[in-house]
Amino acid sequence: MDGALILVQLLNGIQLGVLLFLVAAGLTLVFGIMDFVNLAHGALYMIGAFFCAWLTLNLDSFVVAILISLPGVFIVGYVVELLVIRHLYHRNHLDQVLATFGLILVFDTIVHLVWGPAGLTFTLPDAVNGRINLFGITEFPVYRLLIIAAGLLVALGLYLVIGRTRIGMLVRAGASNRVMVGALGVDINKLFRYVFATGAMLAGFGGMIIAPITEARIGMGSDILLIAFVVIIIGGIGSIRGAFIASLIVGLIDTMGRSFLDDLMKLVINETAAETAAPAISAMLVYILMAAILYFRPQGLFPPKVR
Amino acid sequence: MPPVAVAAAQIATLPAGRDTDMLLEVIDLYKAFGGVVATNHVSLEVREGEVHAVIGPNGAGKTTLVSQLTGELRPDGGRVRLAGRTITRMPTHRRARLGVARSFQITSVVNNLSVLENVLLAVQAHAGHNFRFWRPALRCRDLVDAAHASLQRVGLGELADRSAADLSHGEHRQLEIAMATATQPRLLLLDEPMAGMGREETVRMVDILNTIRGGPGILLIEHDMDAVFALADRISVLVNGAVIACDTPDAIRNNAQVKAAYLGED
Amino acid sequence: MNLKSLSPAGPNGWVMVITLVALVLVPPYTVLANEPFFLDLVMRAVILSIAAVSLNLVLGYGGMISFGHAAYLGIGAYCVGIPGYYGIYDGVFQLLLVVAVCGVFALVTGLVCLRTRGVYFIMITLAFAQMVFYAMVSLDEYGGDDGLVIYERSRFPLGGAIGDSITLYYVCLAVLVATLLLVHRIVNSRFGLVIRGTAGNDARLQSLGLPTFRYRLICYVIAGIMCGIAGWLLGNFTLFISPEMMNWIRSGELIFMVVLGGAGSLFGPVLGTGAFITLEEFLSGFTVYWQLYFGIFLVLVVLFGRGGLHGFIEWLFRRRS
Repeated sequence: MDGALILVQLLNGIQLGVLLFLVAAGLTLVFGIMDFVNLAHGALYMIGAFFCAWLTLNLDSFVVAILISLPGVFIVGYVVELLVIRHLYHRNHLDQVLATFGLILVFDTIVHLVWGPAGLTFTLPDAVNGRINLFGITEFPVYRLLIIAAGLLVALGLYLVIGRTRIGMLVRAGASNRVMVGALGVDINKLFRYVFATGAMLAGFGGMIIAPITEARIGMGSDILLIAFVVIIIGGIGSIRGAFIASLIVGLIDTMGRSFLDDLMKLVINETAAETAAPAISAMLVYILMAAILYFRPQGLFPPKVR
Repeated sequence: MPPVAVAAAQIATLPAGRDTDMLLEVIDLYKAFGGVVATNHVSLEVREGEVHAVIGPNGAGKTTLVSQLTGELRPDGGRVRLAGRTITRMPTHRRARLGVARSFQITSVVNNLSVLENVLLAVQAHAGHNFRFWRPALRCRDLVDAAHASLQRVGLGELADRSAADLSHGEHRQLEIAMATATQPRLLLLDEPMAGMGREETVRMVDILNTIRGGPGILLIEHDMDAVFALADRISVLVNGAVIACDTPDAIRNNAQVKAAYLGED
Repeated sequence: MNLKSLSPAGPNGWVMVITLVALVLVPPYTVLANEPFFLDLVMRAVILSIAAVSLNLVLGYGGMISFGHAAYLGIGAYCVGIPGYYGIYDGVFQLLLVVAVCGVFALVTGLVCLRTRGVYFIMITLAFAQMVFYAMVSLDEYGGDDGLVIYERSRFPLGGAIGDSITLYYVCLAVLVATLLLVHRIVNSRFGLVIRGTAGNDARLQSLGLPTFRYRLICYVIAGIMCGIAGWLLGNFTLFISPEMMNWIRSGELIFMVVLGGAGSLFGPVLGTGAFITLEEFLSGFTVYWQLYFGIFLVLVVLFGRGGLHGFIEWLFRRRS
């Protein structure tokens, strides 16, 4: 364990956290405002990745691909809300879980149909495909720093929109009192639809910016969805601030656990036992964290004020 | 009787009265939510077999008071004693087993079960020994008989096999009373049992409560003044979280302070 | 839910009796028609039915939406595989292990899960199942991702090994019948009345003086052990286990089987499992992209199919009479 490695893994953890935040933000809003469990949210992350990868391969420009994909995923979210989701708001959680579980199968198969089973890979533009020297200690990929910056910018923007604007006020009010928002003369269904589509776009954006690193592949949505759920449950459902803090905690703990847990455990138990157990435990670490937090705070770190 | 003689008589009867007669004692109870004082140093008591009504305008803190007596809310100060035993910090289900039963202001029955099963649950709760996994509950004769008896008492005997979800509002309230009495409580806390009822239903409910009275001690929270004056042995008046008067119905009717603070506004 | 729907009488009672009789006759049919694959298909449905019936106890009757039930299926199967890895094929030992491991796992996780409500409960049960999944993925000793081959079926001191498929099939069927009987008795018992009551109005039961947490925890443990036994059968049936068996997708499928058949009805989950397996078999023979139609079907069932197959049969019967 040296300083350089710790710094690199710290940044990797933050990068994972930022990515988780992009997925968790939409999830927690839809969850908090509409009391809707959306398992298919991860599918939109996957769709974002595939749109972006496919467009980059065809148009030869990563930036243009992102600019086209963003409204693309927004429209997908909008249409899905219109066709299926809005019929489920007044249903119980069991129905919501099942129906969106069905949507995952639909999305995965559609992607399989359109882009084949193999997934899509592409390379980054040269401008961002290098490494940068950090404080003379170590080097770090420029693109990963860009991901962190983009994620932090989105978080800041979301914070400002929700905290400072009229739309944000309505969104917050909608979370605590739907009837009142309706009485203000706001079309609550329309508000919901735009919130849902925006959440979809944020998740899609997450998929787009990670696609050059991991490739776009079927199943990527489900993997991140489960951790995003852990995030919003730790953070407290409906809380953007909670989602942000929990994303960083989960990202850091997961990354650090995977890289340093075996070394730490070797200090306590013998080497072979540590090498066998460490991968299993580090894979479970975020779930253990969630269980521990829920044991002491059954509503998460920043529980919703109403309800 | 001159005041001194009254005091002397009270002192003479006090020890005996405390031992045998006093069911619920609320002593200097205090609860605040943020800056709002919901229960302001309330003291009152319910004697065995007595119907003690608590009246007061909306927002006077009546439901908050009941919730502290059942254990759903923790008081910030003061004490609650049941038959001489302090229960201030005891969890709800343990109080229930000591004999505290309640009905809810907002009707609260188990809608996915039948009417009989609702009451059966109450009987079971009183009987204990519910970790029985094999024998059908409906074949436990004594339990089912007790449940039927409770339903008969509130006039729901005919509807035993109906789903609780299908009952009317008035019938739901009757079912609540049946569930509350089926646990054979020592103390019954009734939170606005007549709320949302029509004239006819209210009269029926007064009749039902009259058949129960004399058994458990009853703390009755109610808005309907006719019902309160028809049922109560004593009345406490709660205004802004504090008890401003506690006396017999006749005395309360003529109490100038109560008139000013409460009845006058009505 | 009223009492009538809980007794085996009525149209659904007849469906249950007819289905069970048909299941008894499946092995002679497969031998006569020389269709061993059909026996495998039905056996898989029977085993998953046991899991679905056990999930229905917590989900349908108890209102606890567990999204991690497949973990018990996996644990049960590993209780065949891991002893087998060390050359232990003693069925009694394996079953005791299933009861112990599933029981303890359900007890410990239940203590945490049941403190939470609603969505939190769904997600934390999912999280615990994922923990088991990742643990088995990471344990290279027992095959990790690739899984573990089981070379022999369980042996019993008196009856010998469950060698051939037909014997195993009847064992599975017997366990299914026993599970149905047990669940039927449990939900109608005093304990079961409390469990059904907590699904409707937990707070009311507490104010009646019932410590509902304990009841729900015990129910959760019973269901976990039942599903573990289904897993033990599954291990014996497939003779191969991998973490894939407890993937969260499997848990979602189990929920779907229960809801498709009718949550909170005794035999509904068996019908649901049967329909699920039939559909999967039919669609996957018809196109590689069968999951697309399957997903659409799922969404439609949720949107329009209230009460599942159980409710549908009752509706049919009511309309005719």
